[in-house]
Amino acid sequence: MTLFIEQCLNGLQFGLLLFLLAAGLTLVFGIMDLVNLAHGSLYMVGAYLAATFTAWTGSFVLGVVLALAATLVVGMAVEVVVMRRLYGRDHLDHVLGTFGLILFFDELVRLIWGPEGLSLSLPSWLNTSIAILPGVDYSAYKFAVIVVTLAVAAFLYVLVMRTRVGMLIRAGASNREMVGALGVNITLLYTLVFGLGAALAGLAGLMQAPILTVQIGMGENILILAFVITVIGGIGSIRGALVAALLVGFIDTLGRSYLPDFLRVVLSPNAAATAAPALSSMLIYLLMAVVLVVKPEGLFSQGGK
Amino acid sequence: MRRLTLRNVVVAALLAALVLLPVYAGLAHDRFVLTLFTRIVILAMAAVSLNLILGFGGMMSFGHAAYLGIGGYAVGILAFEGVPSGLVQWPVALGASALFALVIGALSLRTRGVYFIMITLAFAQMAYYIVAGLARYGGDDGLTIQKRSQFFAPLDLGDKVQFYYLCLVLLFAALYLVWRLVNSRFGLVIQGARSNDMRMRAIGFPTYRYKLVCFVIAGTLCGLAGALLANHADFVSPAMMYWTRSGDLIVMVVLGGMGSVLGPVFGAVALLVLEEVLSGITEYWQIILGPLLLLVVLFARGGIDGLLGKVRHD
Repeated sequence: MTLFIEQCLNGLQFGLLLFLLAAGLTLVFGIMDLVNLAHGSLYMVGAYLAATFTAWTGSFVLGVVLALAATLVVGMAVEVVVMRRLYGRDHLDHVLGTFGLILFFDELVRLIWGPEGLSLSLPSWLNTSIAILPGVDYSAYKFAVIVVTLAVAAFLYVLVMRTRVGMLIRAGASNREMVGALGVNITLLYTLVFGLGAALAGLAGLMQAPILTVQIGMGENILILAFVITVIGGIGSIRGALVAALLVGFIDTLGRSYLPDFLRVVLSPNAAATAAPALSSMLIYLLMAVVLVVKPEGLFSQGGK
Repeated sequence: MRRLTLRNVVVAALLAALVLLPVYAGLAHDRFVLTLFTRIVILAMAAVSLNLILGFGGMMSFGHAAYLGIGGYAVGILAFEGVPSGLVQWPVALGASALFALVIGALSLRTRGVYFIMITLAFAQMAYYIVAGLARYGGDDGLTIQKRSQFFAPLDLGDKVQFYYLCLVLLFAALYLVWRLVNSRFGLVIQGARSNDMRMRAIGFPTYRYKLVCFVIAGTLCGLAGALLANHADFVSPAMMYWTRSGDLIVMVVLGGMGSVLGPVFGAVALLVLEEVLSGITEYWQIILGPLLLLVVLFARGGIDGLLGKVRHD
């Protein structure tokens, strides 16, 4: 039972992390109609910057804050230099152009930090476990990640639904030209939104950094998961991204830990041992296929877009 | 039509160069160039198959490398299990790719636009993880193929020159097939559906079925390229179906010129030769290639074939 609670929390933590990534992706797509494959590169850049700044300053918190600000700047720079020229183009152009950006970022990171990965070690006050329930211990860091991502999700909700900037973002998503015609500086708005998406990706990357190693290509695997989430949730919907991210996080984590046991009941131990790893990595794609059959536009599609 | 335009000259020169390449390799004792171009010809075939759905059908598949892997693994697994005959291996490779394309296509074609891109990408990644999980066949590390596919007497895939010509003949056959398809009634329906799907349905064409058939043909063709690629490398690994490989194929198609039958061949030659040249200049060649791709997207929309055609119009 203790293990089950722990796995559920792991699922929650992974799902919320994926949400940060998917939220940026879906925001950028919903508002700028831009398919950004390079989103995973920003995730990687965030992790590398956090590892570097933490090593420089000697403080985890300071390193994280600096890295977050730097990723925001990198994102806005990418928007100004490249993305701005891709708006209004074909989706295929976005795919190709941002694919070029991935090659560029991967190689740039290799040039600056070398081919070996980095590691980001936790300060002692996070590197412990805490009792979240009587008798149930959980990693303090993972718990902190859950708290931070929930806070960010709440912040996003307030920002998008309750502020003037959020109103403009929502208006921009439904009719770009009209917002521009009403005198809003749409160029600046786009740069801000892209920067926000980049910072969210960077935050996801740097929070994952102490759990996994910081390495080249780390953003690409998780990017595909973020794509699956945006497809399941409905492209452009932040609420959909949250629901789908939690769904994927739980299914992936619980599938990996319990599917082998479950299969052992049904199949012979030998067959179960072979099938389990393949099947558990397939689970979320199966989920996506089911969602597509039932609702081709995703669970929370906004329709008519 | 048969005028001495720049494009015709370049096409003729490229085809002649491809045909005569082994002669040069033999005279210059340059085995490397033959290996490189065998790879180029095989990947050109994969790009030609992608062009059928991407360029003509407007279906932006981002998971085309999956068929390379499926075709390759069909050869690799059968060879590993003691079935060296190409007459068994290749049909299995084609059949498996066709089946995968049928299932993926049936699900993915229910959606359009950016959903289609992401879904094909996700399914291809799923195939990647399945293959990487096949512990018996090497898992992540891949599987070495001890013996290339065996055919009847004179045909020996172990002979580099013979194998090159086999690949080249199959590439030409693929080009002919695509050319015939595109200019047939079937091809016109596909192209009509690309420009306006609703209109095609309104005049009574079940475009979903047409597109699905097109999707399966392209997947099968790419599966053949996968079988060739496995024989070429004597090795299969999950890396050959990783999503960046799908990206490479899209780059070849767009670089060469979408919706032009020969375009992907230009694109494959250009991209792979460029990679070779750049990696000779610097270890960090992708730092040049990436921005170069961006420039192509921004400023050379019709690709190489488009540029050649433009010169003719001026």
